[in-house]
Amino acid sequence: MSLRYSDEQRLLADSARDFLAARSPVSAQRRLRDEPAAPGFDPQVWRDAVELGWSAIPFPEDFGGLDFGCQGLGPIFESMGRNLSATPLLSSVVLGGSLVHLSGNPTQQAHWLQAIITGKRRLALAVDERARHDPSRVALEAVVSGDGYRLQGDKFWVVDGLGADAYVVAARTRGQAGDTQGISLFLVPANAPGLTVSALPLIDSRNCARLQLDQVQLGGEALLGTLGNGWAALETALDRGRTCLAAELLGMAEQLFETTLEYLKTRVQFDTQIGTFQALQHRAAKLYIDLALSRSALMAALATLDQAEQDASTRARLVSLAKWKAGDTAIKVANEAVQMHGGIGVTDELDVGLYLKRVRVAQSCLGDRDFHCERYSANA
Amino acid sequence: MSTIEQFRQDTRAWLEANCPPSMRTGMAEGDVVWGSQNPQFPCEDARLWFERMRDKRWFCPEWPEEYGGAGLNEQQVAVLESEMRRIKCRPPQISLGVWMLGPVLLAYGSEQQKRDLLPPIARGEVRWCQGFSEPNAGSDLASLKMAARDAGDHFVVDGSKIWTSYGDKSDWMYALVRTDFSVPKHEGISLIVLDMRSPGVKPQPIDLISGKSAFCQVFFDAVKVPKSQLIGPLNGGWNLAKYLLQHERKAMSKFGEFSLPSHVDLPGLMREYVPAPQSRSEHALHARAATCAMNEHAYNLTVQRMGEEARAGDDISGLMAIMKYVHTEQERDKFEVLIDAMAGHALGWDSEVFSEQQMTVSRSWLNSYALTISGGSSEVQLNVIAKRVLGLSDAKKGVNP
Repeated sequence: MSLRYSDEQRLLADSARDFLAARSPVSAQRRLRDEPAAPGFDPQVWRDAVELGWSAIPFPEDFGGLDFGCQGLGPIFESMGRNLSATPLLSSVVLGGSLVHLSGNPTQQAHWLQAIITGKRRLALAVDERARHDPSRVALEAVVSGDGYRLQGDKFWVVDGLGADAYVVAARTRGQAGDTQGISLFLVPANAPGLTVSALPLIDSRNCARLQLDQVQLGGEALLGTLGNGWAALETALDRGRTCLAAELLGMAEQLFETTLEYLKTRVQFDTQIGTFQALQHRAAKLYIDLALSRSALMAALATLDQAEQDASTRARLVSLAKWKAGDTAIKVANEAVQMHGGIGVTDELDVGLYLKRVRVAQSCLGDRDFHCERYSANA
Repeated sequence: MSTIEQFRQDTRAWLEANCPPSMRTGMAEGDVVWGSQNPQFPCEDARLWFERMRDKRWFCPEWPEEYGGAGLNEQQVAVLESEMRRIKCRPPQISLGVWMLGPVLLAYGSEQQKRDLLPPIARGEVRWCQGFSEPNAGSDLASLKMAARDAGDHFVVDGSKIWTSYGDKSDWMYALVRTDFSVPKHEGISLIVLDMRSPGVKPQPIDLISGKSAFCQVFFDAVKVPKSQLIGPLNGGWNLAKYLLQHERKAMSKFGEFSLPSHVDLPGLMREYVPAPQSRSEHALHARAATCAMNEHAYNLTVQRMGEEARAGDDISGLMAIMKYVHTEQERDKFEVLIDAMAGHALGWDSEVFSEQQMTVSRSWLNSYALTISGGSSEVQLNVIAKRVLGLSDAKKGVNP
């Protein structure tokens, strides 16, 4: 396990940085917010990112992937964080695509993976039903009906859920909320009768949706994996997503920290740079320390995702450590960035606020600090 | 086979044959051997291991042969260290002479000084202590006042040094003294070495809040030190001190590899003392403990990452600057949780009512207060990060962290 990016990963990071700085800088995100387009991201940027191969990174060559593993996603999500770029890479590729690859039968894989990799279609994952992430509490009910299944219930916080072509819906076919056994995964087309998709506009101005499934009837071919045994694949995919979010959070935190440090060196009050004040210096130094610890945890999580022989508990521990530390650090950095910028820090004119908002959403998405602290301990 | 591969094979074979199996285990505090005029060995194997490594000249393998070293090149030293790590050899001795003073003598000592001082260090025959801090020169070390007055062929030294580890057990001291009071403080400091048995030298052990300690205050009353024992240029001691402290950091990082097993296994103790949390406060204690464990995990990964980056030739100065702060602050945070979790069991003092483990926790907790102060306080560490790593400048002129 290496805790340092390889030369290949560094090349990828450089190219992602150049691409996003040119095509999807913070100002673009601001435009998306002010002139909302339906998908919450710039489709042309996404098409170009697909051309660069981003959507193919984690998949094997047999399916048209690059077989780079999840490690290849780290540098890209860091760059997306730095530039505050919005793309459906997390929802469609890392979460939805992973589940089709991990659990799908050959027909499902053939139908979906190529479409995801080429960007022709988008998948979104519908797992949470409450405000706080807790996948084992899935309660949305699926019962056997005819040759297929009938689904009834609501989903909350579906990332990039507006305009997706289909949803991977986690549903309960056995047991009760809290049981990891009895969770099944279904592919639900966006046009399924009884499915209502509505916007859930969050402070980060991205694409987020709620789903209502009212007696949605699916054929037998909609089941992804085997009945009642969706948990292992779901956790694997969620851990990939959590790690990617940790990378995005670290990218945002590093960018915000650099911006704030620059401000400390240029802003003059009391006839001196405010960065000469020890009260601010020590706070900045502590943020630097948290960033360094976050990076180590992130690198360990990225490395563990691609280890074939890794047990789920070790993976869970390292991923939760990374999401916990990166989320906690990003919140600290974002809060301090606003405070240290003073009055201008609370204006919409400054980009700091945009970062703060995305940090809070990404930190909460797929498990907040407390969730991952508990999960780390549970996997000791 | 390449020469270095041959060297690795020879080294491996020699270590296998000569490092006693009992010297390939973790160490307790009493197992440390200090090179000294009268070395003490916890067991016969420790003596054997000491003598064999000494005779191999591997106490300081990279020193030139004429000064008692083995003259190994950098590559060979790296091989030796990795082979020792491989079978978990204990350090055969601990010596400030090897780690701290030696490199300074090699770089700045006169030929005579090298010939006089280095070979006994290389044979583990002298126990050195460090005389830097003074009662009024702690974080602001350069304000030190211990005077070395010019008296012809010798200096007369008056004043005192504090926080000298094992000052009462050492044979010689290297010390920073003031040789000029009339110039800015960094420019009037010199480095000298002196025999701790000289008349007028009086070490006095210091009791800490945790009890007995290795620290001493050392008093100097008109102590005569021959001028031949001045190291480097007169009034040029500050640069030598900085050079020496760089080696302290390097030595500490090496020592870290052999580090003593931590007495404090927080998750284990939590399971023992708050086994099945019931109340909200017990759950809260477990949550606090989990945070500590996670931060410690992130720190350990950072140590590992720093090692990888160093081997790859990356700049690790930023990471090095945070290590002392992170480790000592985390240790103290851990004790804060532990003392609350163990409560009365961890607050005992010298009584058979308490188990050895409980007493260790109490003492280690009290001792952890010293960790965030000694070797550069946490506040100084943060100053260093802010100025040297983040490039924030100092409002007050003339203060160097």
